[in-house]
Amino acid sequence: MSATGIGAAVRRKEDFRFVTGKGQYTDDVVRPGETRAVFVRSPHAHAKIKSIDVSAAKKMPGVIDVLTGADLATDKIGNLICGWMIHSKDGTPMKMSAHPALAAGKVNCVGDAVAVVIAESIAQGKEAAEKVKVDYDVLQAVIDPAKAQAKGAPQIHADIPNNTIYQWHLGDPKATAAAFAAAKHVTKLDIVNNRLVPNAMEPRAALAEYDEGSDHLTLWSTSQNPHVARLVISAFVGITPEHKLRVIAPDVGGGFGSKIFIYPEEVVCLWASRKVKRPVKWTSDRSEAFLTDAHGRDHVTHAELALDADGKILALRAKTIANLGAYMSTFSSSVPTYLYATLLSGQYNIPSIYCEVDAVYTNTAPVDAYRGAGRPEAAFVVERLMEVTARQMAIDPADLRKRNFITAFPHQTPVIMAYDAGDFHASLKKALELADVKGFGKRKREAARHGKLRGLGYSAYIEACGIAPSQAVGSLGAGVGLWESAEVRVNPTGSVEVLTGCHAHGQGHETTFAQLVSERLGIPFDNVSIVHGDTDKVQFGMGTYGSRSGAVGMSAIVKALDKIEAKAKKVAAYVLEAAEGDIEFKDGKFTVAGTDKSAAWGDVALNAYIAHKFVGADLEPGLKETSFYDPTNFTFPAGCHICEVEVDIDTGKTDIVNWTAIDDFGTVINPMIVEGQVHGGIAQGVGQALLEGAVYSKEGQLVTGSMMDYTMPRAHDLPSFHVGLTTTKSPSNPLGIKGCGEAGAIAAPAAVINAITDAIGTEDLAMPATANAVWSALQRAKPRQVA
Amino acid sequence: MPAVSMTVNGKAVSGNVEERTLLVQFLREQLRLTGTHVGCDTSQCGACVIHVDGIAAKSCTLLALQCEGASITTIEGLAEPGGALHPMQEAFREHHGLQCGYCTPGMIMSALDIVRRNGNDLDEHTIREQLDGNICRCTGYHNIVKAIAAGAKNMPKVGAQQAAE
Amino acid sequence: MYNFTFHRPTTVRQAAGLLGRNPEAKLLAGGHSLIPVMKQRLAQPSALIDLSKVEGMVGVELKGRSVTIGAMTRHADVANSTVLKEVMPGLAMVPGSIGDPQVRNRGTIGGSIANNDPNADYPAACLGLGATIITNKRRIVADDFFTGMFSTTLEDGEIIVKISFPIAKKAAYEKFKHPASGFALVGVFASKRGSDIRVAVTGAGSNGVFRVKSFEEALKKRFSPKSLEGLSIPATGMNADIHASPEYRAHLVGVLARRAVAKAVG
Repeated sequence: MSATGIGAAVRRKEDFRFVTGKGQYTDDVVRPGETRAVFVRSPHAHAKIKSIDVSAAKKMPGVIDVLTGADLATDKIGNLICGWMIHSKDGTPMKMSAHPALAAGKVNCVGDAVAVVIAESIAQGKEAAEKVKVDYDVLQAVIDPAKAQAKGAPQIHADIPNNTIYQWHLGDPKATAAAFAAAKHVTKLDIVNNRLVPNAMEPRAALAEYDEGSDHLTLWSTSQNPHVARLVISAFVGITPEHKLRVIAPDVGGGFGSKIFIYPEEVVCLWASRKVKRPVKWTSDRSEAFLTDAHGRDHVTHAELALDADGKILALRAKTIANLGAYMSTFSSSVPTYLYATLLSGQYNIPSIYCEVDAVYTNTAPVDAYRGAGRPEAAFVVERLMEVTARQMAIDPADLRKRNFITAFPHQTPVIMAYDAGDFHASLKKALELADVKGFGKRKREAARHGKLRGLGYSAYIEACGIAPSQAVGSLGAGVGLWESAEVRVNPTGSVEVLTGCHAHGQGHETTFAQLVSERLGIPFDNVSIVHGDTDKVQFGMGTYGSRSGAVGMSAIVKALDKIEAKAKKVAAYVLEAAEGDIEFKDGKFTVAGTDKSAAWGDVALNAYIAHKFVGADLEPGLKETSFYDPTNFTFPAGCHICEVEVDIDTGKTDIVNWTAIDDFGTVINPMIVEGQVHGGIAQGVGQALLEGAVYSKEGQLVTGSMMDYTMPRAHDLPSFHVGLTTTKSPSNPLGIKGCGEAGAIAAPAAVINAITDAIGTEDLAMPATANAVWSALQRAKPRQVA
Repeated sequence: MPAVSMTVNGKAVSGNVEERTLLVQFLREQLRLTGTHVGCDTSQCGACVIHVDGIAAKSCTLLALQCEGASITTIEGLAEPGGALHPMQEAFREHHGLQCGYCTPGMIMSALDIVRRNGNDLDEHTIREQLDGNICRCTGYHNIVKAIAAGAKNMPKVGAQQAAE
Repeated sequence: MYNFTFHRPTTVRQAAGLLGRNPEAKLLAGGHSLIPVMKQRLAQPSALIDLSKVEGMVGVELKGRSVTIGAMTRHADVANSTVLKEVMPGLAMVPGSIGDPQVRNRGTIGGSIANNDPNADYPAACLGLGATIITNKRRIVADDFFTGMFSTTLEDGEIIVKISFPIAKKAAYEKFKHPASGFALVGVFASKRGSDIRVAVTGAGSNGVFRVKSFEEALKKRFSPKSLEGLSIPATGMNADIHASPEYRAHLVGVLARRAVAKAVG
């Protein structure tokens, strides 16, 4: 392993600009003549708009224009769309409501945009926004997904009965029912997977500029996938043809899914910039972000596990209501279906699984993918069921898992996924050792002496990453392919630029991708640049989410490098005056087999461009290759996390006293970056389990609308983590990478709740397990404890 | 519009601002020092932390006019003019104390204030408690804590008395 | 934020004069309550009168059997005051628990007390020690000063200049932090100064800071956490919100009172 090659903890290329304050985020970009967009948003969760009067606002100082949904309709700007088709079990397609970028006659959640003020400054825009008079006819709202389908519930979209988007299912209902009928033990759980607000630290922003001379639009946007944004905005929303729109996603301050989607604000900025013929910028306030960023999770589930007398799992079934909010966000339909139910087999041999999912509209912010997206919800169902089963059957929870682990690969689950590699015993064993589970009893007794309840919780999770084989996802309803592209440009001096369709917003691609190129071509790490996030530079790409950049994005680079090597060998053959078949390439040097003749990488690169040693009829000059890599399967990162907690009996406050994470991510390019991804994922999972939860009042006001009320995990809420790896390589991509970005967020919630419920002796505990919630659970459990 | 003058990163600057102009707006929009970020609107996240006369403050909760005559240091003022990083900046890079980089300037400015108040030898508990005013969504804080401990050690010694104050 | 005029007086008299001339003006101390509210466009003062350059409003002073703190003294400076930590560390605990370090670097005692946020910490210390709030016009005992959420007896044109705390041999503050905001979900200040025993609670009550007479009576027999064992306060009148139920807050009052007394005697 070289100091900068695959497997080395190379320090990041990105960091110099970030630690010196020289990053360039969207709001840092300033264009000449720039104006500011301020949105007028609905204060009501559900209301008819009787009228909008913008006349007073238009007269305010600094106001350039005030636009409404009526103007949008006049200009024939299309709706935002959800790009993944789900069919209900009766075969009918999902029911997608209209979603105009500015409300058309009706608002369906607090924060719905009804008008936009374009002004010289934000302050002037805000002042004018207060003068926009909107006359609302307030309607009753429905917030609770479990009540959205009830008779008499408020009807959110007139053409969609019972607020039901789809009623989907997966698995074999008959076989599952039969297995349950024969079971010796059935575990039943009711689970609410709490709604989360992503809260990437950089709020969303959009800056649109119209160039009248070329009739060309440029959008700087906080996007995880600028090409998909361009495609949707042009082909579906119809702002302008694809070739007349450039989308740039510069430095982006975290995404976690929330910046995958195409939102009303960037559509409005583009449209408005063409109307006012000046650049239009919008930067979200945090308060706006709480209301308008797509939220995550929000499932209500009843789940059951059937086992025989020996603790062998016979079947699993689950019925879930998924709240998708007021509108279907870009990929919202896929999250509670193919990203969720397909993982309900966990790490276990489960002969039969049946899952039903109803997706519903409510008068809340749209819900879409948030770190893990469906897989945290699945892991929570499976791993809570396992822990509760172990307690009910009086089997050690590690032992119950061991009895049911899948050990032979490939393994076809009953829910589509075919696991291709893994060693679940290995990760559990290593976690048990690192967490010193043997010494837990002693620690528990010691804690009890100080008025603390100690608990231990496991989470043996699995996820499907490396998203995704295009044909497979196409057959499941995806509107796009999920391959990735890479273009490798070798310069005449031998330095290399790699253009990738992935987009980094914290993941360190500029470093890890360069490590791959450095190792493969044997050139200095510093001679490699990674270019991403600009549709004028990168031809096309699918962006970064679903832990796909390593497994899919880097595989595309490998494929492009294969082509580069092949072409360079042809050039080297001319340079070294040898047969192409005799040329060998190693450590940045071309040699002729069986001779001492050699040419350096730089010589060959230069010769590729000066083209003095060959003629065009024999070989094209230049050294640049492109690859579109489509994976053959998902990848299956898996592992075991063990959480140890202490609960203060008096206050109910939980402290995480130890965290052990053993993960199998396949090949690791940069262990420092991979560990960082694990840490961050765990923190978000712990946040979900202990601290975070979006709460709406029954009228539909977001009660947790700021960081004063929505608890973001802080440094003192978390411990340092003990992390380690076991490795089975993914057979589905050339590097053997599985992906690491979401593991922590998927594993953590179940580990935390399993630990707390172990400590307090009752399963009656919902997320977030705040001090109040844990104290209340203890109070409810008291009589039982006495008995 | 009233005039305001202050020293920013060692340079005298002045400008005319509306009374309601926040220090962070003055820094970002008028001085184009965009390393100081805004991550919330309730004084919680700490992405905007700068130093006023050597003491950490949230520039989103200060009016530019309140800083008349003050000496301000931002993230852009830490590295040496030749480009050599401050030990705390270097520690964040060395220990992977950042991912997306958005909270990083505020984290580093707050880290320096922790050293000012608590000295060069910082234990994990102290660092975690003293980071109460800074939120990071990427790192889980693990490596930020490591970076601050290491950066503090590599900084010039803070006098015991100074640290106690 | 709505715009306003900005003033920077150098004397209390000037400040009072400006207040008199601008009925819609507000005093700006540390600004860490006021500016966030203005940013949300929930307050629209016509003028801000910045007290940071007013002479004689900063410092912690030992005066006989009391400690006087200038209204513009920042939380960090009170928390780290050598004088205070020596004579009454229990009071120094209060500003040390407010907000976060950056807030403590700017926020002031006068601002906190004048604002009387129902979840703020200083009101508990004032009431829990029987402090006297000294304004440009008069002296007000804490028991009369706090009159409900965000409400005090301060009159138009009145400026808090300093606060005088009698030194209690035994005094401590225990706080259960609101996990998001850092304010007190419940905070209890307990003190014993001769026969004057006080237990003041912030964060819990729907009408702001209050004293718990039943706890004070129990502590009169013996100032020990044991005296409070089994005692609780009713949940009626406690705040109810998404962060804590009235029952939980009432329960925490008991827990934190015992812990505060234990800390005060320990």
